[in-house]
Amino acid sequence: MNAHVKDQTPLVEMEEISISFGGVHAVERASVDLYPGEVVALLGHNGAGKSTLIKILSGAYRRDSGVIRIRGEEAAIHNPRDAKAYGIETIYQTLALADNVDAAANLYLGRELLTPWGTLDDGAMEAKAREVMGRLNPRFQRFKDPVKALSGGQRQSVAIARAILFNARILIMDEPTAALGPQETAQVGELIKQLKSEGIGVFLISHDIHDVFHLADRVTVMKNGQVVGTGRVENLTKDEVLGMIILGKCPPGATPGPGAA
Amino acid sequence: MDQAEGRGADRPSASRLSPAARFFKATEIDTRFLGMIAALLIIWIGFDLLSGGRFLTARNLWNLSVQSASVAILATGMVLVIVTRNIDLSVGSLHGFLAMVMGVAQARYLPEILGFGHPAIWLLTLMAGVLLGALVGGLQGFLIAYLSIPAFIVTLGGLLVWRGAAWWVTSGQTVSPLDSRFILMGGGPRGAIGDTASWVLALLACAAILLLQAGSRRRRRRFGFPTRPVWAEALMAALGCGAILGAAAVANAYYWPAGTVRQWAAANNVTIPEGGLQISHGIAIPVLIALAAGVIMTFVARRTRFGRYVYAIGGNPEAAELAGVNTRWVTMKIFIIMGVLCAIAGAVASARLQSATNSQGTLDELLTIAAAVIGGTSLAGGAGTIAGALLGALLMQSLSSGMILLGLDAPLQNVVVGLVLVAAVWLDTLYKRRAG
Repeated sequence: MNAHVKDQTPLVEMEEISISFGGVHAVERASVDLYPGEVVALLGHNGAGKSTLIKILSGAYRRDSGVIRIRGEEAAIHNPRDAKAYGIETIYQTLALADNVDAAANLYLGRELLTPWGTLDDGAMEAKAREVMGRLNPRFQRFKDPVKALSGGQRQSVAIARAILFNARILIMDEPTAALGPQETAQVGELIKQLKSEGIGVFLISHDIHDVFHLADRVTVMKNGQVVGTGRVENLTKDEVLGMIILGKCPPGATPGPGAA
Repeated sequence: MDQAEGRGADRPSASRLSPAARFFKATEIDTRFLGMIAALLIIWIGFDLLSGGRFLTARNLWNLSVQSASVAILATGMVLVIVTRNIDLSVGSLHGFLAMVMGVAQARYLPEILGFGHPAIWLLTLMAGVLLGALVGGLQGFLIAYLSIPAFIVTLGGLLVWRGAAWWVTSGQTVSPLDSRFILMGGGPRGAIGDTASWVLALLACAAILLLQAGSRRRRRRFGFPTRPVWAEALMAALGCGAILGAAAVANAYYWPAGTVRQWAAANNVTIPEGGLQISHGIAIPVLIALAAGVIMTFVARRTRFGRYVYAIGGNPEAAELAGVNTRWVTMKIFIIMGVLCAIAGAVASARLQSATNSQGTLDELLTIAAAVIGGTSLAGGAGTIAGALLGALLMQSLSSGMILLGLDAPLQNVVVGLVLVAAVWLDTLYKRRAG
């Protein structure tokens, strides 16, 4: 685990973020941060607000209040395109694939390669897709089939390949292993370690601490839309984190947030 | 869409496929498209037998092609509309309205400014129609995309509004006669390109097919992707070129009626030889317009970024949005294109009748939707081809002309068309369930 240096500029700072839907406070004054080469696990029950918080960072939702800073500078993120411009890539829980087009089209959706005549360069996109998919999933051969014909694991590889294809600096993975078997889960773990070593910051969102505890440098726990606390994994036990998730009780090893009981 | 999950990895490899499946894999023929062509041939041969050989004549097929043109043009745009899970119920009314505006422009306003019979009238008229069509389509698209009013409602409103507006243009009066160049867009002996041009065009189209095939093969080679076997390439080229040359031959086998020949001979100081003069129609201009619409729209759908977004939005609107696609603007552009196609279809239809009436295009929205759906466009979104829609339009028109030829009552014709539509979609559902 590479301990981050505290005086380094954080890659991402989300400060006092709030959003509500029709009077329900989905996220209330939540603050999280992320350093280069660091994995921060965002934990909490279903409905704790972790996916919502992260969708604000990826541009899917617009916050009601709060500040987002990227590398120390205030960032204007109004839609997914803005987020991508800051090097923020997201692997959504639903994978967010267009099921009726093939893997290459999904990898490049929104950022297609074009020929000098301005038409789609399907050849170049397929070649690059074969290269990236070859690294993630060497047995994958079904480049002509629509994504809906692929297995859960294959679809997941397509979603992951799309996120790492464009030199992401910040990677958000929302329940990345939910659809995977043990072997594929281990592969995702390896991938996360590799990305870390390249200096990429990763937000890992999960409702199950066993999935992510060994991968994370720090954990931030949310409950009812508020942050219970944040702490380094080496200062916390799994039981303490479970206590944070279930009871909202912040242990001494973590810094309490507004949601601490 | 999730039933397919989990059995992705264990599909049979090529060696374990049946000979038929191997054939389709090698040639990359869409079996659904093949099924449509089979259905079309069955309908044609069936009507030919029932009518005692009056259906499969050069004359009837030529007329069939001209009559299909207007709905075919509309159907090329309707595919994109339906692929993005929208619908456009206003196309019949809108094309009637635009035809009325174009009628008034060419018969009243432009002759006053430019003088009667000015050679630019038809072009200015068409451009005005296209511009107005784009504006109206853009307005409807804006309401759908940016104000999030369902397309069904916006275009249902459009159906009523533009039909009313069509009446308003002249308070219900029919506009006639139209400009002499404008009416060439509707076909007729003069509105066809003759035999030489037809052959030249057919040969150019064949050359284009060969060039496209060679280009795609070269590209796949360059990236080291698998290519089709040579025999499959040759077979596809032969089938494509055969169909094109066959169509040109049929169009050229339909000769001008004797009266038209006499008029033409008198006007051009030609003496008609003994036994008469045979002048070929050749491919009709409206058919060329429809084919051009088909080619351009296929290019747009398959080779441009916009087309890719259209299909991605149809497959998963949320995913397209999250991928950074400006889904609203794409949707609005689709309706702008639909408006432009309404103008072109309106021009073709009014030129064919040589007059613009406010009832023109009534119920065409339903024929257009039916053509797209019969042609394989899924109302659930995400799937559909322009070529299929063109074939669907031809199939619908074949049914109606065939029944007219057999002298069936009009109400019965509607019953048959309705039943065929439902049956076609049912078959398609079965096919898709089997094909996964």
